[in-house]
Amino acid sequence: MKFVLAVVLLLLIQAANAEVDATSVDFKSQTITIALTQEPPQLNGMKATDQVSITILGHVMEGLVRYDRRGNVVPGVAERWEIDDKSATFWLREDARWSDGSPVTAHDFVFAWQTGLAPTTASEYAFILYPVKNGEAINRGEMDPSQLGVFAEDDRTLRIEFARPTGYFVKLTAFISYFPVREKFFKLKGDRFAADATDLLYNGPFKLTEWTHSASLKMVKNDNYWDRDKVHLNVINADYITADTRARLNLFIDGKIVHTRLDGETYKDALTQRFRIRRFSTGSVFFLEYNHRPERVTRNRNLRKAIQLAFDPNEMVNKVLATPGNLPGASLFPIWLNGVEDKFRREYPAPVSDVDVKKANQYLETAKRELNLESIPPLVMLSSDSPTAAKQSEYMQGLLKAKLGLDIKIDIQTFKQRLAKMTSGDFDMVTAGWGPDFDDVMTFGDLFASWNLNNRGRYSNPAYDSQVRIAMGSSIPKIRMDAMGELQKIIHDDSVVLAQYEQGVIYLMHPKLKGVVRRVIGADPDYTYARVVK
Amino acid sequence: MLAYTLKRLLAGAITVWFIATATFIAMHQVPGDPLMNDKAVSAEIRKNLEQKYGLDKSATEQYFIFMGNMLRGDFGISFTQQNRRVNDIIRDHFPVSATLGLLAIFFAATGGVLWGALTAIYRNRMPDIIIMFLVILGISVPSFVFAALGQLLLVNINSMLGQSLIPVAGWGTFAHMLMPSLVLGLGTMAFLTRLMRSSMLEVVNEDYIKTARAKGLSPVRIFFRHQLRNAILPVITVLGPQIAAITTGGFVVELVFAIPGLGRYFVQAVQQLDYTVIMGTTVFYGAFLVFMVILVDIIYGFVDPRVRLE
Repeated sequence: MKFVLAVVLLLLIQAANAEVDATSVDFKSQTITIALTQEPPQLNGMKATDQVSITILGHVMEGLVRYDRRGNVVPGVAERWEIDDKSATFWLREDARWSDGSPVTAHDFVFAWQTGLAPTTASEYAFILYPVKNGEAINRGEMDPSQLGVFAEDDRTLRIEFARPTGYFVKLTAFISYFPVREKFFKLKGDRFAADATDLLYNGPFKLTEWTHSASLKMVKNDNYWDRDKVHLNVINADYITADTRARLNLFIDGKIVHTRLDGETYKDALTQRFRIRRFSTGSVFFLEYNHRPERVTRNRNLRKAIQLAFDPNEMVNKVLATPGNLPGASLFPIWLNGVEDKFRREYPAPVSDVDVKKANQYLETAKRELNLESIPPLVMLSSDSPTAAKQSEYMQGLLKAKLGLDIKIDIQTFKQRLAKMTSGDFDMVTAGWGPDFDDVMTFGDLFASWNLNNRGRYSNPAYDSQVRIAMGSSIPKIRMDAMGELQKIIHDDSVVLAQYEQGVIYLMHPKLKGVVRRVIGADPDYTYARVVK
Repeated sequence: MLAYTLKRLLAGAITVWFIATATFIAMHQVPGDPLMNDKAVSAEIRKNLEQKYGLDKSATEQYFIFMGNMLRGDFGISFTQQNRRVNDIIRDHFPVSATLGLLAIFFAATGGVLWGALTAIYRNRMPDIIIMFLVILGISVPSFVFAALGQLLLVNINSMLGQSLIPVAGWGTFAHMLMPSLVLGLGTMAFLTRLMRSSMLEVVNEDYIKTARAKGLSPVRIFFRHQLRNAILPVITVLGPQIAAITTGGFVVELVFAIPGLGRYFVQAVQQLDYTVIMGTTVFYGAFLVFMVILVDIIYGFVDPRVRLE
């Protein structure tokens, strides 16, 4: 009896496996299998904000331009363009097609941008469309979307009027908020738009053919895509959705997925498995943000200077984070940003101040005098509930106690609670970070402008604001970069924030899969140009 | 019988109403803002979002609107997945959790009854000691440890065989379900083993067992017909709530084994303050739990002739 049962069970398993026993790469069919960290919450490009949705959309959609393998802007739906301080014109290619075979027209862009800015859409990324004339006013509900400065002169000519000179505008059009949407299809689907694989039209290298919520997605090469000859992969199966890094490592070991990111724990296991561990800089900067509201002691510059001189970012990277790939934080502007001709940080080196505990304590004494305090009251350090953030906060707590005798109360909060406290100003310091939204220094530069809603510590400095305005008002690279260079100095001198590290990740990639591109902005990892080798 | 059932169902409805109200109040007390995200949005966009989700109204108004919709069976639209209705989320993902849960209960119940009976028979001897030691492990070790260990075991088996015999994670076939359901059912199995053991020990000393033995019945017959059948009653009692608990309590297992179940939504909704999903899943699970308890009470009447439902 038992034997029979065992045999039946084995047969069942084998039968069941017959259809799922796909390995992570298949040379013959050019098929790969990946895992996603979460279900994409939104495949509506006008509203999506998270990395998973951006990555999927980056594969199945295309804007006016796209980024190539090396990160250069190359023609997408537009085959050429002209741009000056006041306007830009894009000429669309004739063979750009939606997945249903109909042509992608200039009207599709006009509709998408108008809808993305309409206050009823309530898009969190609407601000990225603000360089288009009247964009901000429309988003505030002060103007009708039809007054947006974007016009379809004919089916294949798109003209844009700018609100201000925007030299980097072309790069912006590679972002999801600038992707085209066909009005007829959008209205036909109504609330269901982008809810399932069949509720979306695709114009990118791939199209989504299956989407089982929280379980799997399947992307298949789009035969209507104009540049299909450059696409080698036929199928990308996203068969697993889990945030658990260990589960993903196990799937990788078992040969089921081509890529997985490692954390401090799984890193050690990957080492023992002798996998080749790769590194990638995500482009995000993590920092300690101060509360500059009048009632807070952290408003005092000398107190912030004291903390700055006691902190060594190298120790943070090497001893606290302790996984390869992270860089010590030196500036709000990460190293990958482009300057005039070279990298920004090479043209405008970040000011450094070496650790100097004695000087730090002098600053602290001055701060106490200025604040009329015998001693600095315990400072609240708001922190997120991730293990890394907790480690970071504890390190800072120990450091500031040992070097400056400051008492720190760590306040660990979940994501939403932390945001609520940041916004209401219920903190002295907060461990925070910022990831780039577009490929220009401004994506970091205007973060602490007095009008920026993301400036949750309410830093307000006319000198800072004026440099941001200079950079915003010009399209001449030298003027803009000079202003940002000044900004970098202000941030350091005034110790606006304490840069801690530039985030790097470590990951595993299947050795037979070549041509996967890691990107700081947009789809990452990008499998568009990838191919499976023998 | 009918009157009894109706009475219980009415009491159940009141319980569900209470669960819904309590959850609603508790949820609104949690600090944090459901509409807040990494990127700060302007006051106008915020206003539009509040309007869309009805958060611009007072809490009392929101409560009555929610109750009205709930009576019509509509839980609204998710905050995080803005084009999915909570009803769709439940309909798509509950069957997955239920399948996993039922298989887990099957493992747990058969295992629990078997091991429990065995330990009772071999009381204070080696098999009893070994099994009870494992039972304590099963109860005290949290499921994420078992889940990780179980998955690692599969990885090792597969790499030893050089091919994927049992999938490490994912969902879709029976093979996918084996390890996660075993892991999920382990705690319950341990709990049921203890329950079965004590209940079995009580039964062993009953007069009717002695009588049966005196009649000269075979030990096997006594075991199955008299001991097991009587001892199993408490197990059935707890089985109902356990089914409800297991089909909801799979968050960790679902995460580790990449299973598209409702448990993930249940937990993540709370973390993300996704009001509609919190209410939808809580009320749904609450109703499910209440229903299972009632069902077990009714089944009890059939299994135990001493129980009369009135």
